[in-house]
Amino acid sequence: MISSGFFGALARIYPPGRLLTRTAELAPYESDGLTAFRVRPGGVVLPTSADEVIETVRLCHRFGVPFVARGSGTSLSGGSVPIEDGLLIGLNKMNRILQYDPQERIAVVEPGVINQRASQISVGDGLYYAPDPSSAAVCTIGGNVAFNSGGAHCLKYGMTSNHVLGIKGVLPDGEVVQFGGPSLEQVGTDLLGMFVGSEGLFGCALEITLRLLPKPEKYYTLQAAYRSLEEAGNAVSMVVASGLLPGALEIMDRLAMNASDAAVQANYPKDAQAILIVELEGPIEEVDAETPLLQKLIDDSGAYRVDVAKNAAERLKIWTGRKCAFSAVGRLSPDFIVQDGVVPRTKLGEALARIDEISRQSGIPVANVFHAGDGNLHPLILFDGRTPGALERAEEVAAEILRLCIKLGGSITGEHGVGLEKRAFFEEMFGKKDTDLMRRIRDAIDPGQIANRGKMLPDTSAPALTHRGLHPVEKQGLAFRS
Amino acid sequence: MQQPSTIEELQEIVRQSPRVHVRGGGTKSALSSGAGVSMEKLTGVIEYDPSEFTFTARGGTPVREVETLLSGSGQYLPFDPVWVDQGATLGGTIASGLSGSGRFRYGGVRDFILGLQFVTGDGESHAGGGRVVKNAAGFDFPKLMVGSRGSMGIITQVTFKVFPRPQRYATVRVKVTSPLEGSALLQKLARSSLELACLDYQPPGEVVMRVGGLASALARRVERITELVALPVEVLLDEEEQGVWRAAREFSWMPTEDTLLKIPLLAGQIVSLEAMLSSIGLASTPRRYSVAGNVCWLAWPADRGPADLVAILSKLDSRAMAIRGKPWGVLGSVRDAEFQKRLAQILDPAGKLACRY
Ligand SMILES: Cc1cc2nc3c(=O)[nH]c(=O)nc-3n(C[C@H](O)[C@H](O)[C@H](O)COP(=O)(O)OP(=O)(O)OC[C@H]3O[C@@H](n4cnc5c(N)ncnc54)[C@H](O)[C@@H]3O)c2cc1C
Repeated sequence: MISSGFFGALARIYPPGRLLTRTAELAPYESDGLTAFRVRPGGVVLPTSADEVIETVRLCHRFGVPFVARGSGTSLSGGSVPIEDGLLIGLNKMNRILQYDPQERIAVVEPGVINQRASQISVGDGLYYAPDPSSAAVCTIGGNVAFNSGGAHCLKYGMTSNHVLGIKGVLPDGEVVQFGGPSLEQVGTDLLGMFVGSEGLFGCALEITLRLLPKPEKYYTLQAAYRSLEEAGNAVSMVVASGLLPGALEIMDRLAMNASDAAVQANYPKDAQAILIVELEGPIEEVDAETPLLQKLIDDSGAYRVDVAKNAAERLKIWTGRKCAFSAVGRLSPDFIVQDGVVPRTKLGEALARIDEISRQSGIPVANVFHAGDGNLHPLILFDGRTPGALERAEEVAAEILRLCIKLGGSITGEHGVGLEKRAFFEEMFGKKDTDLMRRIRDAIDPGQIANRGKMLPDTSAPALTHRGLHPVEKQGLAFRS
Repeated sequence: MQQPSTIEELQEIVRQSPRVHVRGGGTKSALSSGAGVSMEKLTGVIEYDPSEFTFTARGGTPVREVETLLSGSGQYLPFDPVWVDQGATLGGTIASGLSGSGRFRYGGVRDFILGLQFVTGDGESHAGGGRVVKNAAGFDFPKLMVGSRGSMGIITQVTFKVFPRPQRYATVRVKVTSPLEGSALLQKLARSSLELACLDYQPPGEVVMRVGGLASALARRVERITELVALPVEVLLDEEEQGVWRAAREFSWMPTEDTLLKIPLLAGQIVSLEAMLSSIGLASTPRRYSVAGNVCWLAWPADRGPADLVAILSKLDSRAMAIRGKPWGVLGSVRDAEFQKRLAQILDPAGKLACRY
């Protein structure tokens, strides 16, 4: 139980509407995008300034109360699931743009700013914020920083870490630090890089400096249909070998197409077993010169139908079909698990064949939508949570796929983070010795394990799994998984 | 000088020695002079698969060796490592955190390092990151090593991401009349969607930019750059244009006796830095603003102490690192010391690796 002294001290920082302790008020914060985990926090605070967060963290430290920072709660790995008898720090109200400087192409934002807003504020100046998770309309920059989130354009432009220049943050003991700065270049140890992607274990990001890029002048987006997944995979290898550097290279299999078709009438060719989306982007002349090279490659790759976006609306249609695929799977199956493993690109074919085999053997359908350009798989494991044992069987399939990724020399997560969900595989990927090193580092930064206790690093306790379903934002059609 | 030829030998040296200071190619004298351990025998590419866009090599491998290998498959390291001709190594490039002018387009060394192996101050060998181009699992040790100058661990092996190299380049040179005009031009070009590969300003009066891509589109792209610049330009091709960027990354414009400083800043601060340099009598010291004005490479005269420099840094709200010449290390205010100190407690418990420079 949290002591009443702690709540008393919080009440001196927060007015009643921003300090929540009643059961009904806490309910919306019980889980995140991984709806299988549910934990009721001891309380929720909704700070509106960095100072409030700092004071709160210091109180947590003093009273030994663990906290979890939360942006929009769209984590797909259970990263923002609260801690029982802990405090949840909801950062959604910290959503101010603190500075926007188009001359220097930077913006300084509070952590609760929604990803998409960083692009919206700069659109008039021809700039944008490159990382584009499919949840961009709802997820926060703070959450993106904690997970080093990705999107469909990582091959060329990297992940969140490559677009964050500076962070003011508060460490788990209340110490305030500034990493990096406004410039693209820094000197000294890259502590900023170490903080990004640390899944909230190093404390809370309070102010984040983002790098903005000039909007590409032209896009050339095509969607190619194949009679087999293998052909689509080979086409990716051909594109990569050609020396072209597309902004995006994405594949969907038949089951994923069925889902998108059901949701947004994407009208995929009925007999296609896979579609490949390739997007070139850049200055008009460069894209125009690359286009015939790409077209020839795709023709040679065995594509039997190629659709090219003739305008912005058609491009959007291709991307909507792609980006809604995950959530649309909810139309085919009451429940599903999304995995996020990575394999070396040259092993994609092997990985997909194995996943198909695992699916057949277990009798559990698996749909595939993935960032083919960087080997980042997103197998969707379909099941009906009302059938006894179905969730457990689906979990087994998910586990087998993750082990496959490790075996092939890849990673257990390309962008969704380890969170609660993949902790059991962490040591398998990194080995005991390197996992221990990370534990010791966490303990040096946060000896009391105040910040996001129980996440990322494997330990013994984990909340029990329950039945899964769509995230509330997906049910409302606000965001789609990718 | 000790020269371990296996990781085990290096681990043994670390265990036995009270202090360990390693050097790669020794190109950054302010960081590596006085080092007692050389990485020159821990070299060689371990794995390179062009279709993965990655390679793995030992920490002491000269960048030149890697560049030659990559160019055979039409690939390159887009962050444009410095002092390649003079023997810079992969490990030294990461540990010094230096990237060249080409970093403007796709990012710096930090953005291309995927994974590594390193020996910590207790003599243990560890790995961090991964070998695939995308990975969000675990603490990002690869980035932690960037700019750490040996203090967080000794880099024994590293995996980088690479890209296909543009088929052809052209360089456009423009004369400007003042730092104000120079910095304004940097800002204007950096915001354009013409996708320059490099964009540098050399005071007093020259802005140079590089553009790369398919040969068939290059002439038209140069035309559009010229239109945007709206000043008389000189267009360089082939060897002449390559020479411009080789000179930039080898720092052949900088007198060897001076201290070479790296100062991060913004293009909008160039005018005030120029004024400050003039006011202390350094109006003609060699310097170059690279990466669209995000970094200043400055030659600090050998006979001057750091006092004026520290004052300048405080006005710029920035820091500087001495790379060649005086071993001043990193100068300027630090606001992340506590975090670094606690990481060092684990990675270097006995303080063997701590930078004295
Ligand atoms: C429909 C859907 C589609 C998605 N598509 C993608 C995708 O394409 N690519 C991708 O990478 N991810 C995707 N995700 C996952 C998710 O959106 C990202 O992980 C996102 O970054 C989470 O942001 P959030 O604001 O919801 O963070 P939360 O879920 O609230 O928190 C995520 C983690 O960040 C920590 N955290 C939050 N704020 C801070 C802070 N200020 N300081 C320190 N730690 C903090 C939390 O403790 C938690 O560990 C998707 C999710 C959904 C539901």
